[in-house]
Amino acid sequence: MPLAQNGVSAGFPSPADDFKELRISIDQEVVKNAEATFYARVAGESMQGAGLDDGDLLVIDRSKEPQDNNIAVCFIDGEFTVKRLKVAEECIYLMPENSKYKPIRVTEENELIIWGVVTFVVKKV
Amino acid sequence: MVTLDSMFALVDCNNFYASCERVFQPQWEGKPIVILSNNDGCVIARSNEAKALGIPMGAPAFKYKEVFAKQRIKVFSSNYPLYGDMSSRVMQILENYTPDSEIYSIDEAFLKFDGFDYFDLKTTGHKMRKQVRQWTGIPVSVGFAPTKALAKIANKIAKKFDSRTQGVYIIDSCEKRVKALKWTAVKDIWGIGRQHSKRLEVQGIQTAYDFANLPDSWIKKHMSVLELRLKKDLLGLPYIKLEDVIPTKKSIATTRSFKSNLSQFHQLEERISTYANSCAEKLRKQEGSCSAVLIFIRSNSHQKNKKQYRNSCVITLPYATDSSLIISKQAANGLKRIFKDGIDYKKAGVILLGLVPAKERQLNLFQPDLNKHDPLMQAIDKIHLRFGPHKIKLGNQDLNSTWNMRQEHLSKRYTTELTEVFTVNNNSNITL
Repeated sequence: MPLAQNGVSAGFPSPADDFKELRISIDQEVVKNAEATFYARVAGESMQGAGLDDGDLLVIDRSKEPQDNNIAVCFIDGEFTVKRLKVAEECIYLMPENSKYKPIRVTEENELIIWGVVTFVVKKV
Repeated sequence: MVTLDSMFALVDCNNFYASCERVFQPQWEGKPIVILSNNDGCVIARSNEAKALGIPMGAPAFKYKEVFAKQRIKVFSSNYPLYGDMSSRVMQILENYTPDSEIYSIDEAFLKFDGFDYFDLKTTGHKMRKQVRQWTGIPVSVGFAPTKALAKIANKIAKKFDSRTQGVYIIDSCEKRVKALKWTAVKDIWGIGRQHSKRLEVQGIQTAYDFANLPDSWIKKHMSVLELRLKKDLLGLPYIKLEDVIPTKKSIATTRSFKSNLSQFHQLEERISTYANSCAEKLRKQEGSCSAVLIFIRSNSHQKNKKQYRNSCVITLPYATDSSLIISKQAANGLKRIFKDGIDYKKAGVILLGLVPAKERQLNLFQPDLNKHDPLMQAIDKIHLRFGPHKIKLGNQDLNSTWNMRQEHLSKRYTTELTEVFTVNNNSNITL
């Protein structure tokens, strides 16, 4: 509220205060936790089925605990990738959403870092 | 130990620059990393693994080129925009734990916990550690104690005995305090310079415990009022003040909360330039020069009903300087980039990064003598400094071409440039 912001305690708000409203920024929608929000660019087609196309911008919120079925940016055996997490009993699967790709089975022998949960994707139409 | 109703935490990022690089290049986790100064001159930061290999601070890059290659040490040029942004993320998370916090350097903050609400400091410490790690990827260590100087030591213990402490250590009894002081060598006491520590060692003063037991009169006679305050702090009596200049090796910071909120650009500009000048003074006092200037501004995150805004930016300088004029001008320029109208600002700060000894400055354009270089600086100032993202174009006769910084090992500005965010490659595991 502009009134409270300027510390005006009584009387009419100045008409000029209307212009002090900040313009809408896409951040308001996609950035829930600024300190934990990072961005990455998609290369490749393995997640096309989930709407993640080559060149899209991913919004990653590291404050979210990764859960089964989340789309997450992972670092697996020396490389970043984005996949859907599938938690099984003895392993985790990184599931692509494109039939041309096969799931990655992650066991104790692999080095997996679930880097952050993808919360939004920004794409050009 | 006098009272426990107020405790300080020192939160310190572990190998901060190396950790920032590892967040975006996790393949270097557990591997040796060094970070070079501006223009890839010398080593200014090392990972634990690089320290273990015996790479000294300040090692000249050209001399160590073969060592780096042979030992498979990953070399990075300093990426101040990245370190600055990661630092402000960490600091913001920490500030949510208490309204009373003080950013002490790019990778350290003192937090004050008042009252009896925080009896479970251990849980708080582990929570902070876990949150910072998860949100930003940066590992931190936390030391709690009744004074700042003791919190510094507690932090060192937390870091040194990581597996036992899980990164959190609390000095909350006389016994622990004495043990910690006996463990700390005189040269490692926060704020005791090399010359003083040598003198103390000659006197047979080996540990912080010995130092804390010296008579006040001796310290007053041979040292200064700062060392006297340090002694009291080590005894558990909080004497170290915000204004006390305790030099650090890595960065110099002046950050303050305003008495009342400020919302006008010129008000903030005045504050920022005051802080910049105070930083530059501290810098010259320790005969250093800096390679980058970080500034940040923040609304009061504890007043949730007000519009919140916080931002920071880093200006990387083409050469190291100790000039107040240049530093405060850069700081003001940084403010212009991030200032937003209609916000009640509560806090601002200036942090100087990439400190190198003044005598090791690579470009000997400015004399170390301030009086001598003042007119020169002013002249240069008139020629208007213009910026690109990486460099200042200096329209000076001595330097009439654009100075190209040597940054052969520079990582991307992953968090401050949309065109430089990291890429996730989805083409592996294709079946066709």
